[in-house]
Amino acid sequence: MRWSLCGGIAGVVIGVGAALAAVSEVELPERRWSFAGMFGTFERDGLRRGYEVYRNVCAGCHGLSLIRYRELAALGYSAEEIKALAAEQTYTDGPNDQGEMFERPGLPADPFKSPFPNEPAARVANNGALPPDLSLIVEARKNGANHLYAVLIGYEDPPADFALKEGQYYNKYFPGHVIAMPPPLAEGAVTYADGTEATVPQMAADVTSFLAWTAEPNLEARKRMGVKTVLFLIVLTGLLYAVKRKIWLGVRH
Amino acid sequence: MSAPVFKNPVVRWIDYRLPIFTFLSHELNEYPTPRNLSYWWNFGSLAGIMLVVMIVTGIVLAMHYTPHIDHAFDSVEWIMRDVNYGWLIRYLHMNGASMFFIVVFVHMFRGLYYGSYKAPRELLWILGVIIFVLMMATAFMGYVLPWGQMSFWGATVITNLFSAIPFVGESVVNWLWGGFAVDNPTLNRFYSLHYLFPFLIVAVVVLHLVALHRFGSNNPLGIDTKGPQDTIPFHPYYTVKDMFGLGVFLIVYALVVFFAPNLFGEPDNYIPANPLSTPPHIVPEWYFLPFYAILRAVPNKLGGVVLMFASIGVLFVLPWLDRSPVRSARFRPIYKIFFWFLVVDCVVLGIVGANPPEGHWITIGRIATIWYFLHFLILVPLLSRLERPRPLPMSIGQPVLSGGAFAPAPARMMDKA
Repeated sequence: MRWSLCGGIAGVVIGVGAALAAVSEVELPERRWSFAGMFGTFERDGLRRGYEVYRNVCAGCHGLSLIRYRELAALGYSAEEIKALAAEQTYTDGPNDQGEMFERPGLPADPFKSPFPNEPAARVANNGALPPDLSLIVEARKNGANHLYAVLIGYEDPPADFALKEGQYYNKYFPGHVIAMPPPLAEGAVTYADGTEATVPQMAADVTSFLAWTAEPNLEARKRMGVKTVLFLIVLTGLLYAVKRKIWLGVRH
Repeated sequence: MSAPVFKNPVVRWIDYRLPIFTFLSHELNEYPTPRNLSYWWNFGSLAGIMLVVMIVTGIVLAMHYTPHIDHAFDSVEWIMRDVNYGWLIRYLHMNGASMFFIVVFVHMFRGLYYGSYKAPRELLWILGVIIFVLMMATAFMGYVLPWGQMSFWGATVITNLFSAIPFVGESVVNWLWGGFAVDNPTLNRFYSLHYLFPFLIVAVVVLHLVALHRFGSNNPLGIDTKGPQDTIPFHPYYTVKDMFGLGVFLIVYALVVFFAPNLFGEPDNYIPANPLSTPPHIVPEWYFLPFYAILRAVPNKLGGVVLMFASIGVLFVLPWLDRSPVRSARFRPIYKIFFWFLVVDCVVLGIVGANPPEGHWITIGRIATIWYFLHFLILVPLLSRLERPRPLPMSIGQPVLSGGAFAPAPARMMDKA
């Protein structure tokens, strides 16, 4: 019995190990994200810098349609600032009481406006490639935050024998190494409001944090509630164990 | 077992007209349960509780979800972002499915180890297998509802299996889809059935419980209870033991929901469904992986489908494949070893199912598939003839009341784990 159980467990461990070894592809640089772990939280300064990177660099091609301007309040923007940011965009609304559509400036309740009106428009402007909406990108990739960060810093010259077509770029972390997105970040591409030096790794880390927030704005609430819930359950289970012991005291089993 | 006398006049008034309190008292207070049940017997009640959790969270999700291909994905994100505690409800539901399957798998393997499927509990076991099949159908259709990439492509692959049926396959698939591809009608009917099936499960669970209470629980010794010295009332002994087990289970469930809510999920399902773009690897939910591996172990489509359904079908006839009169593996030294081989085999099948069908995965998958059927169709019937079981104790009360020196030490590990 014991040996068969041990054998079984060993078999399972070996099997799982083999499976994991088989699926791992390119080694991603591991970063310690502030939002990882049981007590993880978003760093507000980093999120704001990340939003600046998104606004000045990514937003040219990538939408963020699941986020509305008012949600930027979570990053520490004031109501006035949010109104001003929203008003930079023009939205088609209507019909009005004359039955006509009209243009109006954005409101805090509007979702971020996608850069292209539809998929063909996005493809024709991008050499046939479709820049994905970034709202959920961190959850939509395995090991999302590390993957995104790695791709952003992973551009380099292709190996000599690596053939690239027009409009393709070499990225050491992108699956297959061929990516249609031109290197988005260059030293000093963004002038941070808080004066942080805009190096490529800095911008990559900031925008990754920002997109981790857009993927799951409730992450902090989830983890906070989780700590309380688990602590409560541990105490409750301890009490239940004591009650169980007491009730079973007289039973020989 | 005289009828209970209730002190509360309201209870008495109701019970006289509608004897629900007598019924409850009979099925809980007096229900004689073997005194030696181990913690492996907690998983039945845990499965029942998970069914309730899934129905309650599911009903709330249904209040906010939109079953339309243009809105389903966004409505799930709406639940995650804008519905009050919607993220909690949705994570409880999607991880609840995985926890439900974990609990039910343990429950089934416990039944296999202790021979709980043997006379007179054959129908109890068969009803359990029916619940399992209904659960798989429900889970599959539920996974389609968020209308992500894996939802869409999983639905496409699985429904396409039916096209392997000779002559009418194509028509059957079109009938299932409600069209010529997985599309809005498919999503709508899956939503409708995903709401219906849990209540069918409830109905079969009721039958499962009726069948259970006919002869009571099996036990780690696998011998029948012979009198009051072998049993204790279900309440309070097993209610409190189940409550404690529930506490431990909820801690694990909460750790997953709050700290690793996407652990069991595929990242691709956070990409909206796109019929024009096939993901590189289409994998079903983890609890289907062993069956997926069996499906792909056969180079012929129809053969694979038949084998996959046979892998569940064999469970229906298990009570008649295993003719050994001894239930518990504790007294079946050889069966015990093969039981653990089967556990490992199922895990291996799961790993194979998670990997692309290339290279050595094909070979491993085929060997594991052959072993699965070898176990049930050859080894189990053969063992029940050839194996010499160890002597059974006289009664449940005997070993425990005479000092507990009876059971050999290694076997204890399983009971107390």
